[in-house]
Amino acid sequence: MLEIRNLHARIGDREILRGIDLVVKPGEVHAIMGPNGSGKSTLSYILAGKDDYEVTEGDILFNGESILEMEPNERATAGLFLAFQYPIEIPGVASMTFLRAALNAKRKANGEAEITTPEFMRVVKEASAKLNISPDMLKRPVNVGFSGGEKKRNEVLQMALLEPKVAILDETDSGLDIDALKVVAEGVNALRSPDRAFVVITHYQRLLDHIVPDIVHVLSAGRIVQTGGKELAFDLEKNGYAAYVSDAA
Amino acid sequence: MPAVQETIEQVSAIDVDKYKYGFFTEIESDLAPKGLDESTVRFISAKKNEPEWLLEWRLEAFRRWQTMTEPTWARVHYPKIDFQDLYYYAAPKKTAGPKSLDEVDPELLRTYEKLGIPLKEQELLAGVVSDKPRVAVDAVFDSVSVVTTFKKELAKHGVIFCSISEAVREHPELVKKYLGSVVPTTDNYYATLNSAVFSDGSFVYIPKGVRCPMELSTYFRINEKNTGQFERTLIIADEGSYVSYLEGCTAPTRDENQLHAAVVELVALDDAEIKYSTVQNWYPGDAEGKGGIYNFVTKRGDCRGRNSKISWTQVETGSAITWKYPSCILRGDNSRGEFYSIAISNGRQQVDSGTKMIHLGKNTTSKIISKAISAGRSDSTYRGLVSIGRKASNARNFTNCDSLLIGNKCGAHTVPYIESKNASAVVEHEATTSKISDDQMFYCLSRGLDEEEAIALIVNGFVRDVLQQLPMEFMVETQKLISISLEGSVG
Repeated sequence: MLEIRNLHARIGDREILRGIDLVVKPGEVHAIMGPNGSGKSTLSYILAGKDDYEVTEGDILFNGESILEMEPNERATAGLFLAFQYPIEIPGVASMTFLRAALNAKRKANGEAEITTPEFMRVVKEASAKLNISPDMLKRPVNVGFSGGEKKRNEVLQMALLEPKVAILDETDSGLDIDALKVVAEGVNALRSPDRAFVVITHYQRLLDHIVPDIVHVLSAGRIVQTGGKELAFDLEKNGYAAYVSDAA
Repeated sequence: MPAVQETIEQVSAIDVDKYKYGFFTEIESDLAPKGLDESTVRFISAKKNEPEWLLEWRLEAFRRWQTMTEPTWARVHYPKIDFQDLYYYAAPKKTAGPKSLDEVDPELLRTYEKLGIPLKEQELLAGVVSDKPRVAVDAVFDSVSVVTTFKKELAKHGVIFCSISEAVREHPELVKKYLGSVVPTTDNYYATLNSAVFSDGSFVYIPKGVRCPMELSTYFRINEKNTGQFERTLIIADEGSYVSYLEGCTAPTRDENQLHAAVVELVALDDAEIKYSTVQNWYPGDAEGKGGIYNFVTKRGDCRGRNSKISWTQVETGSAITWKYPSCILRGDNSRGEFYSIAISNGRQQVDSGTKMIHLGKNTTSKIISKAISAGRSDSTYRGLVSIGRKASNARNFTNCDSLLIGNKCGAHTVPYIESKNASAVVEHEATTSKISDDQMFYCLSRGLDEEEAIALIVNGFVRDVLQQLPMEFMVETQKLISISLEGSVG
């Protein structure tokens, strides 16, 4: 479904990714863990198509086709979703309006008609209730004045409505207390399905207590230095990243 | 390539060429000879069978105009206008006014259709009476009003809504009393020119205590090649009355620049309220700045009575050059003036717009919310005056001017003038200038929106405070218009 081959990338003169290989199959949940500065967020941005980065080598295949030349919106409508670590504020644009625009963009790409108002209201109501999102929050401008928990729940709501094939969660646990973390994790778990894959990027193991991964990778200095089952995460929690950091250096 | 860079290219690639309303209607016109001298003024006046006093009024303005020079203080640049190279009068050739839409030239109706005028034409044509809020349209095609609808309904309430020519004939006492009482014939170069040669426009009178039963709406359209269009609008809200007036404008593509110098005068007497909304999307010229309308407009409202209120809302997306300052004279005690503006410029458009709030009475309040969006190589200036007179005790003003830049080849400027002669006045001014950030663009794109959709969404958010001031009817249209102006694509 998603295949990363020997991916090298830089920002300016600084090489951040130094040859990443990763194969994600439908239904799988991969966790990518690593210390600060290991390239975790860079990887998520490059997957989503942010153009501050230059891919110098390697390829990213989505459903067998290279997406390197695709615009971020083309990747999105093809079924790739990035839940942002720091969701962006858009003043004056109600969350509802934003959701609807995103849904319609996807429908347009699929050659479908725009969603009708009653249908839209129905799907939003259903999805937001599961995430404890109040109708009032949906009327507020996108992420403006949202608490950390609200921002992340809003990301998961977007994900639920857009029904991506591959969802990348970039440090979705950051800035969340344990209750908010549970709500978000439940939201994500509800979306797990045999034909949808997740790449969960996190610094800490605690998120993986709630979103249990099939495979855990350790990213250090732009390379995947270790791959294992979910027990690898416990290992890291106990022993830290020190071993890997020195390895890479 | 950073997202903003691409945005710039996207925006610069916008074909203002593909102007949605760029079509030309073949209708024979009745033209005054080119050029301007006293005989032109007499020609226009004679064409309209005007009384002697109005001819004299025009001639006085014309003589005054000859002694004046074009203002140069605005931040706009354009080649000198040859006022002798323009036509000053053009009317569709149909001397007897149509009595119903059936009698209207079908070509004209098709033009309106293309414009997507929310005329509820079918409804009107079929004479259907619905319980939805109705809009009465006094459509101005070039210079002569050809259709006035809902006249009877309005007449029932004593509301007068007709062309100014008709008002001169039918209600001379009102016209005589109020014409030029807000914008005197000597006011400024373009207003004086307008006074000499005004062709037609709308006249509204709301009698005492009447709440106008529907929104009044006029669509202007400049059609005749190289014709200066000089609209004159006069709205009087008598004591305790209320009216909401909508003005929408479009013009077809022309290579030559077209001059438009309108004058709008509003008079609100005791406890009266006038809400005046404009959506202006005239041809802005092509990507190189060729063609397009010169829009030099004088709009002013006089809160003449106590507790009166005048509110201007404008959405300006068209014209090559906009020079426009809808203003309020807050003469009556406790009167209130409001100005809500969205100005979008793209391509090579130049906008110098703002408002004047002249506080003369006690406890007068004013509010100014201006949102300017500049893209392409356009230039936008907010120019505003808040003046507190000596006797205007406890006057209050709040001003907020926000500019949004798209790309790095456009400009935004804010030039606020504040004069206070009364120590009890409170005047607040807030201003911001921002750009659409790469992060905002990326966030929208990563949710599947393309760049144009993302820009339109962000811009619509930016102008939301003002959008909410528009009548529902115009709000949806305006949102679309914003997308069109920034996309260049046919929506």
